[in-house]
Amino acid sequence: MSNIHHLTPPPRTAYELELEVLSNEAVNGEYRLLVLNAPRGLLERCRAGQFFHLLCPQMGGQAPYLRRPMSIYGFYPEREELHFLYKVTGEGTRALAMLRRGHGLNVLGPLGKPFTIKPEWEQLVLAARGVGLATLAPLALEARRLGKELTAICSARSESVLMSVDLFRHMGANVITLVDEDGSSSVDNVEAVLNTLIDGPGIDAFYTCGSNRLLKLLQKVGTRHGIPGQIALEQQMACGLGMCHCCVRPFRKDGGIVNLRVCREGPVFDIQEAVAW
Amino acid sequence: MVRLDVDIGALRLKNPIMPASGTFSEDLADVFDLDLLGAHVTKTITRGFRDGNPTPRVCEVGGSMLNSIGIPSKGVGYFLENVVPFYQGYKTPLVVSISGNTADEFAQLCAEVSVPGVDAIEVNISCPNIEEDGKAFAIRPSSTFEVMTKLRRATSLPLWAKLTPNTGETSEVARAAEEAGADALVVANTILSMAIDIRTRKPKLGNLMGGLSGPSLKPIALRMAYQCARATKIPVIGCGGISTVEDAVEFLIAGASAVQVGTATFINPTAMVTMIDDLRHYLEAEGLSSVREIIGTVEDGEQREGIVFMEAAP
Ligand SMILES: Cc1cc2nc3c(=O)[nH]c(=O)nc-3n(C[C@H](O)[C@H](O)[C@H](O)COP(=O)(O)OP(=O)(O)OC[C@H]3O[C@@H](n4cnc5c(N)ncnc54)[C@H](O)[C@@H]3O)c2cc1C
Ligand SMILES: Cc1cc2nc3c(=O)[nH]c(=O)nc-3n(C[C@H](O)[C@H](O)[C@H](O)COP(=O)(O)O)c2cc1C
Ligand code: FES
Repeated sequence: MSNIHHLTPPPRTAYELELEVLSNEAVNGEYRLLVLNAPRGLLERCRAGQFFHLLCPQMGGQAPYLRRPMSIYGFYPEREELHFLYKVTGEGTRALAMLRRGHGLNVLGPLGKPFTIKPEWEQLVLAARGVGLATLAPLALEARRLGKELTAICSARSESVLMSVDLFRHMGANVITLVDEDGSSSVDNVEAVLNTLIDGPGIDAFYTCGSNRLLKLLQKVGTRHGIPGQIALEQQMACGLGMCHCCVRPFRKDGGIVNLRVCREGPVFDIQEAVAW
Repeated sequence: MVRLDVDIGALRLKNPIMPASGTFSEDLADVFDLDLLGAHVTKTITRGFRDGNPTPRVCEVGGSMLNSIGIPSKGVGYFLENVVPFYQGYKTPLVVSISGNTADEFAQLCAEVSVPGVDAIEVNISCPNIEEDGKAFAIRPSSTFEVMTKLRRATSLPLWAKLTPNTGETSEVARAAEEAGADALVVANTILSMAIDIRTRKPKLGNLMGGLSGPSLKPIALRMAYQCARATKIPVIGCGGISTVEDAVEFLIAGASAVQVGTATFINPTAMVTMIDDLRHYLEAEGLSSVREIIGTVEDGEQREGIVFMEAAP
């Protein structure tokens, strides 16, 4: 007799699907918004912080081979829409930019661990730069649904590439914009802004994505004031599912450093466990 | 009704499509029912904990990929406690891939994973052998024979030897594995490769070099599978660049009894399932009643001796 206990196979949670492109427009000089038509059932599974692994098309001389991970920018079951906000950086995103209404795009998802909002957290602060704001955008939606107070600190090189400000305002967030042009995005100034919030309404949790400087600052402020937080991290991926172990990053855990898979144990991690890069 | 079942030695598989080690894990159960596959093949494990290589661990090159993952492993204890029971939830045979730094360590791990619930052991002799100055066991017939002999004594389970394309002695290595008691050959692992970023002049992988997999590897792996099938009497399992049923059928015709699918699963997680369906359709269209009817049916005429001679030349 085998002494091995039998487990029930897990249910399916991620789907490989061909979705139809509804639109794919430039938002500003660098970023584009891709809107796909998606089945309601798929959208109802999506959570803020999760991502899809996109099979970028081979077109216009671009031949990306591996899939490319993209955070969910918006998911609207009632409209059957799935949104991605992306920056054109290389072969895969250049190919994505060529998609037109009516084209198909093969997606795999939703994948990864989402952000969490604990019931006792009332005052939420999200702080990010550039495309990091795309990852945090659906968190604003979730915060509004749960009736939480949200402050969005949006940082960018210049006013012209500030992302998602209207979206955050629309979600009822208190939006603070900071830009490099006038020096308001400096670490010292972000710290001053945070201190004002802590002294005012208070901060129950931080959320961030994309910036090493912001990570270090939030770790410092979080430690000093005992404020928990979460960060969405990036790493190059192959499988997106946890099989290949190529997407690991180091984390502080149990007094040591461990490698965790961004696609599986993340992309959302405890802010204090993340190691700055 | 077409029959897809094949025999790998004493082990019967319901179809000849299975994953390649390192490109498959419990995680894929999120996407489809793993019981559709012919077998389950785990990522290579080592006895103790291993962290793996520095990042970046992957890059793409001309429609294929390089990886330098470096066999991260939580160790055999974790594996027996957590991974083996997971696969027991399925009816599909479980093949455990193992690796060791020395022949004795390899053999010890082989004995440790010979437990109920494990149906075969795939030995990854394509990884560096510390006693041989970092050269993989499977680069030479002598080290292949030595390690396979020790592994054979360590288990009564079916033993599959996974060969490397980083050798000039494919047929000799295959014969050495067979003579030492291997039940099947998996042909093959990745080819040692490199890519450099011309702007930063840095190698694109943190480990400087890595293994090439995907479509670029296919013609080389196919040639090797053909050579191994001709050089030995044990079943060959083809592996390397298989992404469609046409690729799989090429390996079967070349003499492979089954195939492993690796990188293609990263591109399309359901690639293996599609291939199983397509194989059924292909056989029906060809008017065949069993996949066994195409195995080793390559029309190679009189070329055979010439190829063997060329490889054996100094
Ligand atoms: C979980 C996750 C969510 C993401 N969400 C978004 C998003 O919402 N919007 C967005 O614009 N981008 C996002 N990214 C980054 C995006 O995946 C990369 O920009 C994209 O893969 C680049 O592909 P490419 O073919 O255009 O560029 P490539 O030609 O592959 O690379 C161009 C440059 O980008 C770097 N790069 C490639 N992949 C990554 C990566 N995953 N992380 C960091 N650098 C990378 C390369 O090293 C290279 O320098 C996300 C990444 C992850 C891991
Ligand atoms: C990310 C990655 C990890 C791998 N890890 C292992 C491994 O742990 N053990 C092993 O024997 N082969 C490993 N391989 C090699 C594959 O099993 C396979 O031999 C190779 O990728 C060729 O097949 P493919 O072209 O279908 O991918 C790995 C390959 C990749 C791409
Ligand atoms: S991308 Fe494969 S494990 Fe994360």
